[in-house]
Amino acid sequence: MLRARASVLGTEPVGPYTLLRVRRGDVDPGVPGQFFMLEAPGRVLPRPMSLCLAPPGELAFLIDPIGPGTRALCALTRGDDLGVLGPLGNGFDLDVARPLLVGGGIGIAPLPYLSEALGGPPAVVGFRSAHHAEAAALLPNAEVVLEPTYVTEALPDDAGDVLACGPEPMLEALRALVPDAQLAWEAPMACGYGACYGCVVEVDGALKRLCVEGPVLRTLQHSVAKSPSRLAAA
Amino acid sequence: MSVPILNASGCLDALAAPEVARALDAFVTKTITPLPREGNPPTRIAETEHGMLNSIGLQGPGIDVFLARSLPGLAGLGIPLWVSVGGFSAQDFAGVCERLDDREEVATIELNLSCPNVEEAPETAAELVVAARAATTKPLYAKLSPASPDIAESARAVAAAGADGLSLVNTLRGLALDPLTLRPRLARAVGGYSGPALKPVALACVHACAAAVDLPIVGMGGVATGLDALELLAVGASAVALGTVLFADPGAPVRIRSELEVELAARGLDGAAAARAIVHDRESYSHQTTQKDLQIGQNVPA
Repeated sequence: MLRARASVLGTEPVGPYTLLRVRRGDVDPGVPGQFFMLEAPGRVLPRPMSLCLAPPGELAFLIDPIGPGTRALCALTRGDDLGVLGPLGNGFDLDVARPLLVGGGIGIAPLPYLSEALGGPPAVVGFRSAHHAEAAALLPNAEVVLEPTYVTEALPDDAGDVLACGPEPMLEALRALVPDAQLAWEAPMACGYGACYGCVVEVDGALKRLCVEGPVLRTLQHSVAKSPSRLAAA
Repeated sequence: MSVPILNASGCLDALAAPEVARALDAFVTKTITPLPREGNPPTRIAETEHGMLNSIGLQGPGIDVFLARSLPGLAGLGIPLWVSVGGFSAQDFAGVCERLDDREEVATIELNLSCPNVEEAPETAAELVVAARAATTKPLYAKLSPASPDIAESARAVAAAGADGLSLVNTLRGLALDPLTLRPRLARAVGGYSGPALKPVALACVHACAAAVDLPIVGMGGVATGLDALELLAVGASAVALGTVLFADPGAPVRIRSELEVELAARGLDGAAAARAIVHDRESYSHQTTQKDLQIGQNVPA
């Protein structure tokens, strides 16, 4: 398990988010829904990011600058280089008959790469503002809803095979509607490869490492323990 | 012998990342307790400006499942195995040590006398070492807390109680707040503070203990480069363990070993023993027990 050095090709604003593009080199882009640990300049710990797009020779990550690590990643410029470890974890099961992609906010991040792998299926994505919704331009066939409308209100009666990523309340609501949905969760991670036991979530009644068991989970029993400030470490 | 590089307990899962473990001179397990433990609720980790906090709470399978399911795989790694032992009483420590005593796969036992994230045993560190000593003939390393008011005195006490070496240091208790809510970022509020900020604390503790006792010391705390490792050697450590740096860089064992060789060579130092003589101005240390501790268990088939 070796961390690769990847050269930054550039960054692009996408609404309030930043698309960080790095040279792929020998790094395997992995299965959609898998993630990478990106070295955050000046920080002690790397940050877990799912792959957003995999154009030839590139890896692209959509990043929400919500803390010192993500802001440092968004501030990278062409020619900088950073450590990239991955792909890590378990991605989406692509053997689905009628895929429907569902995303909320920065949870749209893994969906463009997933959409490409599935041949551009329909998608429903929700955002808190029109500015945030500019990210929907990355995702083909996307129906956009804005707060106070939620994605769960925009689902068809027969949603088919739901593959989703978004904030916990959205995933919890989706799970209630579509019990066998594939849901990509997040948790604070120090390492991303099973070493730290920091990212545990409740799976089948026991605390298990999200980086090893997930981040895409399908189990009906799964529930994430609530925390006051899950995202503060980013 | 080159300077032994280990992992700090709880900072690597050798079964999840065997190639990282194989780059070490010995693998130290996550702390094993008598019974299974679910650990503390999330959120368990938080990065700070110069380190990180963790509150894992000794999540683990307990000694029965460890022996049945984990030990065979760990022995198959082909590197010496150190088992970290924890508990909530002298009886707990003695019980787990007794179960490990006849397992030839286990080279050394490290006694976690200082986890900041669980309740402490009522006994003193020395009393826990006495109990463990009576239960096993394996080399015993006592892992001490840097929060001890007089760590040199603690070192003398555990040495007198029968410890064969010291692991210095565990994390320091710390707390971080969410800047928006001003609430603790960890579910249990406090956690163990590790990473670069811990290095000066570790250096002070190793320095004090190396002067106080003639035991081999595994130095750890904020090591991120070969120079960090060399500094721990210079204050008296005979081996170095990597913790938080493994989270950021699983290639750290190989990189730091290489950097350390460059740092030693640049100063004309021939290995750890030469470096160790620097601060305490000794000709040599009588104990090179770490080398022995690393050799025990190496006859296990890879």
